[in-house]
Amino acid sequence: MVKSKCLNKNHTGNASSIGLSPLACDLHIHSCLSPCADILMTPGNIIKKALQEELDIIAIADHNAAGNVEVTMKLAEDTKLSILPAMEVESSEEVHLLCYFDKLHALLEWEDIVRANLPEMMNDEETFGYQLITDENDEYIAKEDSLLATATGLTVKEIVDKVTVLDGIVVPSHLDRPYNSLLANLGFIPNDLELSLFELSKNVDPDVFLNKFPFLNDYFYIVSSDSHYLDDIKSYLEIDLYGDLPKRFKEILLEATKT
Amino acid sequence: MIVGELIESLDLEVVVGVNLDREIEGAYIGDLLSNVMARAKENNLWVTIQGHQNVVAVALLTNVSAVVVVEDFDIEDAAIERAKEKEVNILRTSKTAYEFVLELSELGA
Repeated sequence: MVKSKCLNKNHTGNASSIGLSPLACDLHIHSCLSPCADILMTPGNIIKKALQEELDIIAIADHNAAGNVEVTMKLAEDTKLSILPAMEVESSEEVHLLCYFDKLHALLEWEDIVRANLPEMMNDEETFGYQLITDENDEYIAKEDSLLATATGLTVKEIVDKVTVLDGIVVPSHLDRPYNSLLANLGFIPNDLELSLFELSKNVDPDVFLNKFPFLNDYFYIVSSDSHYLDDIKSYLEIDLYGDLPKRFKEILLEATKT
Repeated sequence: MIVGELIESLDLEVVVGVNLDREIEGAYIGDLLSNVMARAKENNLWVTIQGHQNVVAVALLTNVSAVVVVEDFDIEDAAIERAKEKEVNILRTSKTAYEFVLELSELGA
């Protein structure tokens, strides 16, 4: 049994050995499409902040929606920043799960499935917040009307299975959190789930947390900012990750689990 | 019965008491917020162990008369602040949901 390890630098060794430094990642950022995120979290502002923080790869992972991912990818085209297509989906058990894809079209296919499983409820902006979509000029162009801040009708198992079919990877969000996490909501990680990675929030000491749950030793973990405000965006994860991004990202995730 | 009378009858801790004249018409017990959103009715008491700030959003959406946090579960400071701002009553008891609802039933609520 391997001790649970942070999926951090030097897991593949290639980049370091040829004199390159590991890539700085923040793989859990909410844009202004997430009702709980600040309205200044526009793709353009996020990119600007990510470049200031010298990040190499980021993921916009909005709640149950992907409406700002494509525009973020377009805006980042002329920068050194890579955008990993992602979404944070909420299961019927109210577990938050990060879903990463290597292609935008796979994420968009996944978004269609999620949308078909969202309850028919309108967003109440006063109560939950604004759900804004922006254009390539970083201006608000539309509002998402359906309530995104709620559970889909999909179970954790269904989400893992369906994302896997689309060649994506599911990473349970902030496993240490006392709500909306796989551990808090379901008590343990069901053993029929094909999971190899989980996310810890930036607020927890991984060693202290992992000591409490020895059964997590079989997994690797990542740490991301879960940013809702621009000031939160920061690298908590550095990995050797070169080549065709984000395809390579998935390979690294899979390789790391075999280390 | 109104919320203020319930507090007195069952000796509940008042975490946020901003609207104690609200009428109580039945109760809904649940910890999955999405389910509560779909099922709780206006003027219900909502009995839960959740103390997250999203509880306040759900209480507003469903227009329950008060949230009763059972088993002395923690209530986040952000939830308390939000409840004060949005005028949502939050009460607390060390009893389990079952014990609390039994007493509620004896009161005829």
